[in-house]
Amino acid sequence: MRIKNVYHLGVKEIRSLGRDPIMMALIVFAFTGAIFSAGKAVPETLQNAPIAIVDEDRSALSARIVGSFYPPHFLPPIIINHAEMDERMDRGLDTFALNVPPEFQRDVLAGRRPTIQLNVDATRMSQAFTGSGYIQSIVSQEVQDFVQRYREYYRPPVDLALRIRFNPNLNKTWFGSVMKIIDQVTMLAIVLTGAALIRERERGLIEHLLVMPVTPLEIMVSKIWSMGVVVLVSCALSLTLVVQGFLKVPIQGSVPLFLCGTGVYLFAATALGIFLGTMARSMPQLGLLVMLILLPLQMLSGGMTPRESMPEWVQFVMLGAPTTHFVILAQGVLYRGAGFNLVWPQFVYLGIIGMAFFSIALVRFRKAISTMV
Amino acid sequence: MNSDPSHTSISALTREPIVRVSGVSLKYREIRALDDVTLDLSSGQIIGLIGPDGVGKSSLMALISGARQIQIGKIEVLGGDIADAGHRRKICSRIAFMPQGLGKNLYSTLSVYENVNFFGQLFGYSRDELNRRISVLLEKTGLEPFANRPAGKLSGGMKQKLGLCCALIHDPDLLILDEPTTGVDPLSRRQFWELIDRIRAERPLMSVLVATAYMEEAERFDWLVAMYDGRILDVGSPSYHMEKTGAPSLEEAFIKLMPEEIRDGHREIKIPRRSSDSAPVIIEAKDLTKHFGDFVAVDRVNFRIERAEIFGFLGSNGCGKTTTMKILTGLLPASEGQAWLFGQQVDAQDLETRRRVGYMSQGFSLYSELSVYQNLALHARLFQVPENEIPGRVSRMIERFGLQRAINSLPDSLPLGVRQRLSLAVALIHEPELLILDEPTSGVDPVARDHFWELLIKLSRVDNVTIFISTHFINEAQRCDRISLMHAGQVLVSDTPAAITEREGVSKLEEAFIGYLERATNSHYSDSDREADKNMMNLTPSLEDEADGRNQKSFWSLRLRRMLSLSRRESLELSRDPVSLTLAIFGSLILMFIMGYGISMDVEDLRFAVLDRDQTITSHNYLLNLVGSRYFIQRPELTDYEELDKRMESGELSVAIEIPPNFGRDLGRGIPVQIGVWVDGAMPQRAETVRSYIQGLHVQWLADRATHEQGSDVMNSSATVETRFRYNPDVKSIVSMVPGVIPILLLLIPAILTALSVVREKELGSIVNLYVTPVSRLEFLLGKQLPYLGLGMANFFMLVALATIVFRVPLKGSFLTLTIGALLYVSCSTAMGLLISTFTKSQVAAVFGTAVLTIMPAAQFSGMIDPVSSLQGGGAFIGKIYPTTYFLVISRGAFSKGLVFGDLYHMLGPLIIAIPVLFGLSVGLLRKQEK
Repeated sequence: MRIKNVYHLGVKEIRSLGRDPIMMALIVFAFTGAIFSAGKAVPETLQNAPIAIVDEDRSALSARIVGSFYPPHFLPPIIINHAEMDERMDRGLDTFALNVPPEFQRDVLAGRRPTIQLNVDATRMSQAFTGSGYIQSIVSQEVQDFVQRYREYYRPPVDLALRIRFNPNLNKTWFGSVMKIIDQVTMLAIVLTGAALIRERERGLIEHLLVMPVTPLEIMVSKIWSMGVVVLVSCALSLTLVVQGFLKVPIQGSVPLFLCGTGVYLFAATALGIFLGTMARSMPQLGLLVMLILLPLQMLSGGMTPRESMPEWVQFVMLGAPTTHFVILAQGVLYRGAGFNLVWPQFVYLGIIGMAFFSIALVRFRKAISTMV
Repeated sequence: MNSDPSHTSISALTREPIVRVSGVSLKYREIRALDDVTLDLSSGQIIGLIGPDGVGKSSLMALISGARQIQIGKIEVLGGDIADAGHRRKICSRIAFMPQGLGKNLYSTLSVYENVNFFGQLFGYSRDELNRRISVLLEKTGLEPFANRPAGKLSGGMKQKLGLCCALIHDPDLLILDEPTTGVDPLSRRQFWELIDRIRAERPLMSVLVATAYMEEAERFDWLVAMYDGRILDVGSPSYHMEKTGAPSLEEAFIKLMPEEIRDGHREIKIPRRSSDSAPVIIEAKDLTKHFGDFVAVDRVNFRIERAEIFGFLGSNGCGKTTTMKILTGLLPASEGQAWLFGQQVDAQDLETRRRVGYMSQGFSLYSELSVYQNLALHARLFQVPENEIPGRVSRMIERFGLQRAINSLPDSLPLGVRQRLSLAVALIHEPELLILDEPTSGVDPVARDHFWELLIKLSRVDNVTIFISTHFINEAQRCDRISLMHAGQVLVSDTPAAITEREGVSKLEEAFIGYLERATNSHYSDSDREADKNMMNLTPSLEDEADGRNQKSFWSLRLRRMLSLSRRESLELSRDPVSLTLAIFGSLILMFIMGYGISMDVEDLRFAVLDRDQTITSHNYLLNLVGSRYFIQRPELTDYEELDKRMESGELSVAIEIPPNFGRDLGRGIPVQIGVWVDGAMPQRAETVRSYIQGLHVQWLADRATHEQGSDVMNSSATVETRFRYNPDVKSIVSMVPGVIPILLLLIPAILTALSVVREKELGSIVNLYVTPVSRLEFLLGKQLPYLGLGMANFFMLVALATIVFRVPLKGSFLTLTIGALLYVSCSTAMGLLISTFTKSQVAAVFGTAVLTIMPAAQFSGMIDPVSSLQGGGAFIGKIYPTTYFLVISRGAFSKGLVFGDLYHMLGPLIIAIPVLFGLSVGLLRKQEK
């Protein structure tokens, strides 16, 4: 392998990319608009949850409870009768239906400890769980405030000092924007290298290269380094300008360490791009393949939901995917401020997986290249 | 064909014109394709449009056939205005249009028979009549033995014959052929014209409009329209053109017709004789053979090429020229036989030999994103020209090939002739001793071609460069020192052009070539020719008789049949495209699998560790509370804060708990104590759930303790809230996700595939069949939709099976209602794909555009995550009109809520309304003509 050839071919790739307006637009959008919207669009856990109340008491206390649900957490409650409750829930109109029984206030004051029934549409996972917690505490609070003048306040003997580390206010912008960067690195690394290969192949340029004193290894390495550099640079810019600058997300750890990790990861991801580029016959086919590959990488790698809530065999299989290790590395460094002493195993895994992917892609590329000419 | 030229020209004027073109201009963005063209074409003749590529021939033909929309001017065809849609509908079954490009309007994965059958069905023949017609046509064209071969695997000549079959299936009165013989070998070309002649003899009133770049061919036509740069140079019979310019051949006559400035510097090519001293052999091939599977592309080829020789390879597309050249350059390994370059055996690994060879592949492989200068410099660097020599080398090339004015332009912006010279410059940048040129002159006008040859001759005679060139132009072969005639992988003869002609005893090289070809394919062609002649005598009358048998069926049954034949063709094509088919069948299953496991809102198996500074029964009792919970997993105890920090930073622990010293003692004494808890906030959603778990467990512990130790119930509040999680009592993510994911998947994949199926035709060019056949837009779209509707439903059943069997999500409600909903919903999603296809041009745009346009509203505004009633403004509006909203209610209702038809029927209404709306929009936006 001659370094000069690899260098010149790679420069050519970057120049070609620079003249491809669609790809450039994709890169720019992926690292600005998409990051921004991912940071901003993640809704708070409970937003505008629809709640209906069957008020069979019509007392001061029940009116107080009705009045305690308001935006942004809840939509203003709709007062319905008992018969409507089931139908509305079947049609998915309400996530919560609160049923205040008759004589509720009287029973509370008499210390009979009456029960309010809360119906939750548990098919709406996003609202059901947190929402019911909110409602319970709101109702208890209202009842407690109401009865306070009749009973003395009880102070629990053990206090719980609960602190959230790394993201004290549980700001979802922090999470959403940084995780989106990881998604975009994966997506672009695969799409750019795959497309660079297919573009050359569709125009018969691969055979053109092969009659020159250039080897398949040089062609492949040149694509990997050039597209890797493009993604790495845009990722660095996006992290500093968009995430830290514009969205004002504090990064705990070392950005250079994260970028080193990204570099190692890109080695594996671009090799995967080459591999898919040899599998697809045309750009649209690459598009379809990328969709089928990218989604599992993004959704099952732990970047979207925690790995431990997936079935064990899925967790195990996903250990073979570079994205899993990259997500662990990125979360450690960027969110928790972990140093190299803590994330070095991820570097090792990424290196090993990268070498494996690279070798497989090279074998496949050498084989496929003879059918491309 | 009429042999008397004077007679021809008179009749051309006196006969009733079949086509009248007046004042027609056409522009593609800024480029003027046609410039005020006025022309009358009379019936019953072969009329040729002649001129090089890009002069407007194809545009004019597309306008006349009605495939392209007229911008300025008027064209009357068969007695009516072609701009009038009603007239087009009336006459389209009398016109046949065969677009440019080998097999451009054919379906390459369909067999010969299936192709012809499809076109026949569009014209509404009965099955028997159609089969009879197909067998007559396939016999006539000699395609019968290949009836089951896919169109994509036919040779160029056979593809064109198949195209002709498809065009002739409905007995047209006007046959429009756009460069039907480009890239076809001379014998097939001759057979093609003989076929046309026979058909014309049978149907004397049929007119044929042909575009061609071969002037030899044009000499046989009745009437010629010479075009250049969007304008008509002259019209008249071939002899008229030659007489007027005083040129001995039509080729030269045409060059003389061209404007002065283009012809500037053009002179007749003179080839200096090669010195006859024997020179060293540069290329030698011995029994070179290449198989692709059972297909023999190159069959025992032998030749020797000496230094400074111009050696020509003559043959049709697909005869093995390119493959042989690729073997010699080391791009392909030979299956058998050997080849030597510069006396050394060809070795793909040998980079040294590559440095001595220049190669120009078909279609000028240049980097279109790099400027002329950058292209040259890159190639110089890759050939390891020393860096300090590069600028000088590049500027010498630029000067020599006349590229000065283009130095900073991008290749795509240059005229074809300039691009061709750049391509040659690129191949020569490293000063090779051998040049291998694969059809370097295809599509270039005669003047540029001659200019190119001057450069080649200079290279050979002055610089002693050996040139190995392939071509399908006979007059170029004539200029070579020696040529090989190639056919079906074999070299038929190899000698000087003069010797070959002499040996065959004919006057022209073309005739000699045809002679060799005929002998090579003897048994095959002449038999079928003879047979065909016989058949024609027998079958001609009946072909005419039943010509109108097709119109007897009712209007609606015809439409239905056309639609079904489109669907059948679409299904056949899909079944032969492995990637799309896999996606169509398994794509949604794979995605559901991923989403079922990936989008989990369950939080469990949380790892926690304790820093217990008390170590009493009370502290252990507190912790027991956590260990007993199914949500938590205990990790080894912590010893200090530093360890706590480290283990949380590494992500090992999600929760850390510190119990202060003297916890038990202080608690017993009633001194307020505090337990410290740290929660990993890296994933906010999870952290929030963890926080509520911890708080819940803490309150529970306090309550238990109060009851247990003090017998008091002070911890209990004045009222309790009893929560009933309905439909999904265990609050399992998967039960909630799966019925929500099904509507998304039934939207995404069917919509993408349907959109692709239409856009693919746009990209490949077979969309022209919609423009010029009686297929209406409604039939076309319904025909496209039907197979994907079927696939969508198959997907639906598989998804339901996956959900109930693998994910164990119970289907509590009415399966029938769910199925009815799915049918309506998949109709909507495929119609959405059609709608998107009407405004996307490339397949890539169709894939990504459909994905974005369907997934975004479906996932965000249709109630999958947040209910539509939570939305406001634009989001709420989209949510209310988007079909996914309604099917989502049906899916969740039927799966989780145990609902039946009576509960859900009012959700079907919006879907029923959406189908005709989406479909109507698609029909309205689809063009029946190219714009």
